[in-house]
Amino acid sequence: MSKDSFVDGNAAAGALLSVFSIDITDADAQCAACGNVAPVARSRVYAFEPGIVLRCAVCEHPLLRIARGTGRTWIDARGLTYLELRTP
Amino acid sequence: MAGTTVLGRLAWYVATVVEGRQETRTARTLVLNVPSWPGHDAGQHVDVRLRAADGYTAVRSYSIANAAQNERVELTVEELADGEVSLYLVRTIAPGDPLEIRGPVGGWFVWRPAFIEPVQLVAGGSGIVPLMAMIRTRAAAGLQTPFRLLYSVRTPENIIYAAELQRRESEGQGLTIAYAFTRATPAGWPRPPARIDAAFLSEAALPAGEDPACYICGPTGFVESAAALLEQAGYDPKRIKTERFGPTGGIS
Ligand SMILES: Cc1cc2nc3c(=O)[nH]c(=O)nc-3n(C[C@H](O)[C@H](O)[C@H](O)COP(=O)(O)OP(=O)(O)OC[C@H]3O[C@@H](n4cnc5c(N)ncnc54)[C@H](O)[C@@H]3O)c2cc1C
Ligand SMILES: [Zn+2]
Repeated sequence: MSKDSFVDGNAAAGALLSVFSIDITDADAQCAACGNVAPVARSRVYAFEPGIVLRCAVCEHPLLRIARGTGRTWIDARGLTYLELRTP
Repeated sequence: MAGTTVLGRLAWYVATVVEGRQETRTARTLVLNVPSWPGHDAGQHVDVRLRAADGYTAVRSYSIANAAQNERVELTVEELADGEVSLYLVRTIAPGDPLEIRGPVGGWFVWRPAFIEPVQLVAGGSGIVPLMAMIRTRAAAGLQTPFRLLYSVRTPENIIYAAELQRRESEGQGLTIAYAFTRATPAGWPRPPARIDAAFLSEAALPAGEDPACYICGPTGFVESAAALLEQAGYDPKRIKTERFGPTGGIS
């Protein structure tokens, strides 16, 4: 996919919900590279295959990578300092 | 050691196509019946999964077009040249056929009747779909929250929901609409074919001073330029929400 064909983190809501069981697109995430804090929905998704990579909308650093194999899911979250979820 | 956490999978529903409605030459609305559908917020989407007998699957996201109403879900799909999933949904699938969907998903690009601030909607092409769900949800709730829609389309024939938009605007309930035609205009139209630009925005959009909540949806390039124009015109970036209809796919 070319650089200009990204979609919003919001577009990955279905895949993220199937992994985390709660909607994290509305959660605030801090980028470990530049410190920007923004909802996960505002991050950028450049590819869905073979795995999903969410990138910081400010500096493009990868925030979260998810890959799925048969019976296994890998989550690489080293690009995130924190995730702040809205809990009732 | 490999982890053994079992993930709670988001369920796939088997919906049934109840009706197909041609909206334009290239866009079609599918009315689905989804048993035990939990309802949805305006702006949310579903993931659609097509599966071939050999195990090949394709997953794409589609916005929900209708206001929540029992087990009914409407999707409006614009066909793309060589589009694997969109061509099937626009040309092939028929009433009575099953369709696998997952959702509703996305809790961020949503509008709820409890939101009282004025709303600026900006649609490019099929990007009208989730914004139409907002317009319909507002109408179903009997509200008059100021809604302004800027809708960019190639030609008048490409306007999706044209008759309904005209009817809802003429009802005088606080919804107003401005079209930007990019290829061909109706006869006598004052503005020559052009994309949304700063001049059009300052003429047609709710003033930045009213601090509207802005929802922009359409192809990636359209959303990029519309969001930049709004920011340059002084709209609060924190109140601008975007939904890019780019290529999707995904982990199922
Ligand atoms: C959150 C979200 C909501 C969406 N809602 C809708 C909706 O309500 N209605 C709707 O019609 N579409 C919607 N889309 C787009 C939809 O998910 C598919 O991308 C689109 O239908 C194309 O799928 P396809 O299988 O037909 O095309 P593919 O077979 O995947 O692609 C065919 C060709 O078109 C290109 N392409 C793929 N997708 C796009 C695109 N979106 N724009 C331009 N070129 C593309 C590909 O690169 C390829 O060259 C939405 C996307 C997102 C992320
Ligand atoms: Zn960053």
